[in-house]
Amino acid sequence: MPDAICVEGLAKRYGTLRAVDGVSFTVPEGRVFAFLGPNGAGKTTTVEILEGLRNRSAGSVQVLGLDPWKDGPELHEQIGVIPQEFRFFDKIHPREAVVYYARLFGSTVDPLAILRRVYLEKKADARFDTLSGGQKQKLGLALSLVNNPRVLFLDEPTTGLDPQARRGIWEVIRALRAEGRTVFLTTHYLEEASLLADQVAIIHRGQIISSGTPEQIIAAHGRPDRLRFEAGPEVARYLSGKLPFAVTNEPPYVDVELRRKQDALQVLTVLEASQLGWDHLSVARDTLEDVFVRLVGRMDDGVIKSEAS
Amino acid sequence: MKLRRIAADLPIVSRQFTRNPIGLFFSLVFPIILIGLFGLIFQNTGNNSVNLPVLLLDHSNESSSFLDALNATGLVNVQIWNNVSASEFSSKLYAAEAPVGLVIPPGFGAGVAAHTSINVTLYTDPGNPAASGTVYAAVNSAVTQLNFRAAGAHPVIGVHALTVGSKSFAYIDYLIPGLIGFAILTSPMFSMVELVSTYRKDGFFRQLSLTPLTRAEWLSSRILWYIGLTLVSAALMLLVGIEGFGAKVNIPLAMLPFLFVGPFLFVSLGMLAGSVAKSPETAAVIGNVVTFPMMFLSGTFFPTSTFSPPLLAIAKVLPLYYVIDGLNSVMLFGNSTRALTDFGIVLVISVVIFLAAIVTFKWREE
Repeated sequence: MPDAICVEGLAKRYGTLRAVDGVSFTVPEGRVFAFLGPNGAGKTTTVEILEGLRNRSAGSVQVLGLDPWKDGPELHEQIGVIPQEFRFFDKIHPREAVVYYARLFGSTVDPLAILRRVYLEKKADARFDTLSGGQKQKLGLALSLVNNPRVLFLDEPTTGLDPQARRGIWEVIRALRAEGRTVFLTTHYLEEASLLADQVAIIHRGQIISSGTPEQIIAAHGRPDRLRFEAGPEVARYLSGKLPFAVTNEPPYVDVELRRKQDALQVLTVLEASQLGWDHLSVARDTLEDVFVRLVGRMDDGVIKSEAS
Repeated sequence: MKLRRIAADLPIVSRQFTRNPIGLFFSLVFPIILIGLFGLIFQNTGNNSVNLPVLLLDHSNESSSFLDALNATGLVNVQIWNNVSASEFSSKLYAAEAPVGLVIPPGFGAGVAAHTSINVTLYTDPGNPAASGTVYAAVNSAVTQLNFRAAGAHPVIGVHALTVGSKSFAYIDYLIPGLIGFAILTSPMFSMVELVSTYRKDGFFRQLSLTPLTRAEWLSSRILWYIGLTLVSAALMLLVGIEGFGAKVNIPLAMLPFLFVGPFLFVSLGMLAGSVAKSPETAAVIGNVVTFPMMFLSGTFFPTSTFSPPLLAIAKVLPLYYVIDGLNSVMLFGNSTRALTDFGIVLVISVVIFLAAIVTFKWREE
């Protein structure tokens, strides 16, 4: 599968500040790529360089085989973008906005059909300045679809949306992927990245500190799976003495780290033989959010360095 | 530059504008209010006769002839004040806000008949040089006539007086082209300066840069919109000026080039001013600094022919001067040569400013 986006050694400096510092990644065509990072990590600078809104200081960037800065107009015919805070002419209605964009791009669209795709058809004839934050973002999404783009850049598209509206946008993103489009998504929401992304990169202080599928990142940086049950400290002490695994006790839970799936059988056998009381068995697993918080925290503490360095 | 995209942008510009009542008011209604206001203030200035209070202390045939001669000049309208003493005449004039007054002394008739020297006394107000000058000229003319008659002589040289240009103009006639120029200047300037600076601050231009619309197309659709608005506004001003205030102006097709090039110039200048400013606040200051001198010194409210040479020199560096001078040339004087020169000057300035605006106006960052 060819790469829709190819970034190699990308850097952006403002004076002495290195906003983006040697970032490399690729996004295969037809995939959803989530770019994660805390505020000020370099997400928006990177995405704006990919969109051709900002020039780079160093490195190479190709989007659909084009240089976004030099080939901006040609690239913009093939991509769709929602900036972080989407804005539009305040007196214009969503229906008029879609017609406007369609005319600019020279494409023929049914404005209501596009608005329906982003659940905004009921507000087709409301002035932009009367729309809620979420409805404005939806219009941004609708406009980014007008030119039938191969690649979509969505910069925090669900920030500030209510849970229902957020799920609505997720549905649209899934539909876009199903249509074979590439989606470059920056987000604060780790759950969103886990649910939607085929690939994730975590950027912090201008450098990528981890990348891969969500599972790969969790496997690489997460703690092992834990067998968890509700029990008292005597159970924790008993298991520590009988098992070669790490046992932790955070009341009311006792966690036993598993090296392999089969280790669960050994834990349960020892537990049953103890004749001690326990309840509510489950498996605890790190989420992308757990890994993200730990990675960013450890980098801030100087414990780990980025993959790039 | 593609017409298709300009045609797509134009309805957005027009809806943004027409859905904003304040913009419509300042573009269409405000100039008409100005015409009404200035028209009412200066309604009588076309008729130059000045009321002249006269303290008549001599009731002879000679003083009657003198007053007839004064009235006959057409410059003054003699008003005899009764029950006023010579000592209180000056203070009464002041109280009545009369800038001029004339005293015909006792024994005037007898003096004229006896060919002995006798003076009339003329009061004038240095604060109103126009009225003073007019009355002085009228009194002088009447005095000369009586002197000739007394000497048994008659004037050899006469004066045949005509107005500059081909006909006589009232203030309202000058006001119409001036205020059309005012509308051409203010409506696009104020709106573009504000628009460009706030759109840039809000990242709106970066968003538009992701569409195929180019800066030149964006600017062109706004120029076209303001040309349309100028045509409507000029038509309304002409209607109100002619029907409401009896303005006598021509409406030649030769007006059109100025109604086209004017908005072209000031939309571009507004965009340039909005582009060079770092923030909307600075933009507003730059906009005002550029706009206000033009608003008052280009012949908008007062004909530049009344300007002193230094003021005229300043007026002549302001682009709006040439727009209004051109409009005056075609609407009042029928001077197409002068209008063509004015048009050429405005066109060159406009093209330079348009190009400067396009170069300065960036909608993405390095």
